[in-house]
Amino acid sequence: MPLNKQDVKKAADLARIAISDDEAEAALAPLKQVFTLIEQMQTQDTDGVEPMAHAQDISSRLREDIVTETNKREALQASAPATEKGLFLVPKVID
Amino acid sequence: MFDKTVKQLGDALRKKEFSSTELTQAYLERSKSINSKLNAFISFDEERTLMQARAADKTLATEKSTALTGIPIAHKDIWCAKDWVTTCGSRMLETFRAPYNAHIINRFNEYGAVIQGKTNMDEFAMGSSNETSWFGNVKNPWDLTRVPGGSSGGSAAAVAAGMTPAATGTDTGGSIRQPAALCGVSGLKPTYGLVSRYGMIAFASSLDQGGPMAKSAEDLAILLEAMVGFDPNDSTSLERPAVDYSNSISDSIAGLRIGIPKEYFSDQIAPDVQTSIALALTEYQKLGATLVDISLPTSPLSVAAYYVIAPAEASSNLSRFDGVRYGYRAPEYKDLTEMYSKTRAQGFGAEVRRRILIGTYVLSHGYYDAYYIKAQKVRRLISEDFARAFSSCDVIMSPTTPSTAFKLGEKVSDPVQMYLSDTFTIAANLAGLPAMSIPCGLDKNNLPVGLQLIGNYFDEARMIAAAHQYQLATDWHLKKPPLSIA
Repeated sequence: MPLNKQDVKKAADLARIAISDDEAEAALAPLKQVFTLIEQMQTQDTDGVEPMAHAQDISSRLREDIVTETNKREALQASAPATEKGLFLVPKVID
Repeated sequence: MFDKTVKQLGDALRKKEFSSTELTQAYLERSKSINSKLNAFISFDEERTLMQARAADKTLATEKSTALTGIPIAHKDIWCAKDWVTTCGSRMLETFRAPYNAHIINRFNEYGAVIQGKTNMDEFAMGSSNETSWFGNVKNPWDLTRVPGGSSGGSAAAVAAGMTPAATGTDTGGSIRQPAALCGVSGLKPTYGLVSRYGMIAFASSLDQGGPMAKSAEDLAILLEAMVGFDPNDSTSLERPAVDYSNSISDSIAGLRIGIPKEYFSDQIAPDVQTSIALALTEYQKLGATLVDISLPTSPLSVAAYYVIAPAEASSNLSRFDGVRYGYRAPEYKDLTEMYSKTRAQGFGAEVRRRILIGTYVLSHGYYDAYYIKAQKVRRLISEDFARAFSSCDVIMSPTTPSTAFKLGEKVSDPVQMYLSDTFTIAANLAGLPAMSIPCGLDKNNLPVGLQLIGNYFDEARMIAAAHQYQLATDWHLKKPPLSIA
């Protein structure tokens, strides 16, 4: 599967990473090398093999639906780039 | 003082040979002076550190002390420690102060250990040379022109250079074992689920596991006892009975069956590494172990599968860095979308951006089955290889890395060559098995060689005992880098 510059730009867009034409072009060659490595998997017959999503076949624990955390708003917002009155500030989204 | 193990320092503290404050002060001074050469630490917080040391001295005066009371420990800067700047090696988190403690930090605090500082690392733990850190590369104390390995390269270099008695790391594809091997220290990645990931900044959640790095296997046992334990805050934390690792290290290894995987002994391994590993295996035979030929036929595909699975998980985990709740935000943008995309383009380094792109691509519509599901199937086969192998052996041994420490800059422009330095370590992460690296020789350039041990699930005790018995019979773990400091 030949990777091209448009694929790189599309992935960058989906990942919300700004990328210029030149940067996409520069990123392409090493990405192609990585995908050549990845393609080695295709030589392996995996018919009937169950995908393994996790290091151990465990299911998520459930817990009681009760409040366990106290309000730490101030501490949690201390490293935020912009806050006001306890809210995170972002550029205007709705006109 | 700087040659002593955690075990020896703990004994000395309890005998009042010196106080934790004196010990900590000495390590702080030494590490700050060496750091200009090695760049192994990202941050110190002397006041906070010495406050903990003084508290430890009060505990040491009572009967309530533990094996770690008053011992300074350096933590990879991926672990959140309350009020400490916790950067994960990234511009994105350059000024982030953790609002809470990781589970392992709480555990070490309960044991009375002292946080000595935060160590340098590849950005978001993505790298095998420490060259992707926003804070500059770490240098290998054995040769300042070479890499320390990664991603826990700061921790490995700090332990090797006697800047700290012990350190923590994390291992997603070899990030504890590979730098341990390249810097000549002992490092252990536990069974997945044994050490809580709460407060460890996530890279690839199904693979990430924290573990200790130290001068000896005996120290790893002491540190591991503090780090393991069930944590309700990590959904993959396992409830297991406590194991006395430091007691079981004295178990004899007579009759131990060591599996030798033929796929890990190819001609791509540097000759000096081959020689050191062969000598180590001979030593094990002298100690009463037997060698068993095994095969891990799917393991040559582990790097390929890993570079689908790990970037896929990373692309999801790192979506949280958006310039809204914490960390870096681009200074200029015209709307919300541009704020996200500029923030992430500027806040992440090249390797992190590359892996996010790979992950996004393999998870995108049309490629999901061909890459992501295929990689998960290969992962299953790799895991089944190990299950078969462990029916005929107790522990698997191999080189940790195909070569000793490579030159700074040597592999920066060739990501695949860089990725292949983890070729022997990745399979244990995919399967979730415990594994470690211990020093077993020096090559012709006087660079350390690492021996990898891979154990069966929850069989850390036997693996550590095997490492300890080897270290009782040999002195490779006592070799020190020729670093000259004032």
